[in-house]
Amino acid sequence: MKSDSLGTVSTQYFVFARPPDVLKLESGRSISPVTIAYETYGTLNEHKSNAILVCHALSGDAHAAGINTEDNSPGWWDGLIGPGKALDTDKYFVICSNVLGGCRGTTGPSSNDPQTGKPYALDFPIITVADMVAAQRHLIDSFGIETLLCVIGGSMGGMQALQWASAYPEKVRAAIPIATALKHSPQQIAFDEVIRQSIMADPAWRDGYYYEHGQPERGLAVARMIGHITFMSDQSMEEKFSRKLKNEKLSFQFTDDFEVEGYLRYRGNSFVKRFDANSYLYITKAMDYFDLSGDKFMPGVKKTSVKFLVISFKSDWLYPSYQSQDIVRVLKKKHASATYFDLTSTYGHDAFLVEIADETRLIRNFLANIKVN
Amino acid sequence: MKTTNLDYRIIADIIDREAHILDLGCGSGELLTLLISEKQAFVQGIELNDEEMHRCVEKGLTVLQGDIESGLIDYPDKSFDYVILNQIMQEIKKADFVIHEALRVGRRVIIGFPNFAHIKARLTLMFRGKTPINEALPYYWYETPNIRFLTIRDFIDYCVKNNIFIEQKYFLGKAKLIHVFPSLFALNALFVIKRNGD
Repeated sequence: MKSDSLGTVSTQYFVFARPPDVLKLESGRSISPVTIAYETYGTLNEHKSNAILVCHALSGDAHAAGINTEDNSPGWWDGLIGPGKALDTDKYFVICSNVLGGCRGTTGPSSNDPQTGKPYALDFPIITVADMVAAQRHLIDSFGIETLLCVIGGSMGGMQALQWASAYPEKVRAAIPIATALKHSPQQIAFDEVIRQSIMADPAWRDGYYYEHGQPERGLAVARMIGHITFMSDQSMEEKFSRKLKNEKLSFQFTDDFEVEGYLRYRGNSFVKRFDANSYLYITKAMDYFDLSGDKFMPGVKKTSVKFLVISFKSDWLYPSYQSQDIVRVLKKKHASATYFDLTSTYGHDAFLVEIADETRLIRNFLANIKVN
Repeated sequence: MKTTNLDYRIIADIIDREAHILDLGCGSGELLTLLISEKQAFVQGIELNDEEMHRCVEKGLTVLQGDIESGLIDYPDKSFDYVILNQIMQEIKKADFVIHEALRVGRRVIIGFPNFAHIKARLTLMFRGKTPINEALPYYWYETPNIRFLTIRDFIDYCVKNNIFIEQKYFLGKAKLIHVFPSLFALNALFVIKRNGD
């Protein structure tokens, strides 16, 4: 089977809710206008029936596959998307967009507020996963796509996949939520709160109005370091770092003696160059607010024809397998066709980005049984 | 281990068209695929093994990865026309619990297992003093996945004791049904059971 890369791709932009229109949010507030950054791979067929929406996680962006023309970077799920790959761009039209509230081209707290001409900062309304999906809906509609063949994503991307199926079951034929949950547990909210507090405790955060002065770099870097710990597993950290020292002996100073310390510092410091601190606050809040548990999933729907493939990873302790099993439980109540796979991996939550071979086999076979009309 | 696919044949004949089926320990999903093609059944499998899971997904089956010994709490009472426990009983630790759960969520349960009292098994034990190995029990003691060895009579006794009604029974030889002294000559047995009063 061939497995080529898509080659170079470029991010495009779609603007909607231009004044006097607005995008109404779950909070009751609204935004106008809204820009969505997105990329597409493959070709939309005549019946517009081969579209797959890929949803990204907390710090992801629209650049899911191929090589970006601007910075030569590969997409965050390049292993899964392309000709001959699981999301086969010879067959499917794949769309990925940056979420509302993000900072990678879609309207978010770092975007200019047309009222003031300055970045919104904390004047940006609190957004939810439902708002992100409602915004994506405008993008999908703009292509004239009535029904998505599939919505797929890991972590917060999985929440969006669930939200799509729940809010617009008639517009989705299949959904693949990976390493995700119907709602954040107190442990997950707790991590997010520590992450937010580390940003807000940095004096450079300036109550969110820092754009003229630069990012709260230290706070954001620490926030990201916490995140990275939760993305790995005890075993993957042991395999990757063990207690290896950066230099040959202990320094007897507060420097990064251990490789794991160096890794976290590096990850934190590189993150501040590409991600807006306020976006991190808004998006983690949206994840904490997300709750499709119980009757909140597909309200009013007794039986659905949406087909689900739910995937978790055995070593993922941030989104443990039981949360995916809860998803399956709710799907059963809706008499949905649901396949559940608890994949073996030592990579923790990161597995959904890493375990490409297993995911490819599973997703390709699952999609092969959903015929393109 | 299957003697032949005779058991699949019988199960496919037993179930009604468009029946709702839950197959516990569905393996690579061959039986379920047969039930879909012949009876347009609505099927759901539960399987633990990764490789078997992949094969089920390849066939387009709806299958959940899970351990049936942890129960079927997610399923309401009588949510399936048939629950299938084919060639899995002998590998289950909590066999009694699993049978009761199957009877709860299914209107009927189809249960198939190798007959440990087959004549050759008896003779092997009696005259050679060795653990029987035959078509239905093809493993040496040190490699067998089977943790319990039951006979047709054991199972009938169990049903009587537990107030379970045996609706149909089939005794399988290598390639055809056994009608004479099944307890001696059947390699495998297949029962359709339901709870008395259901």
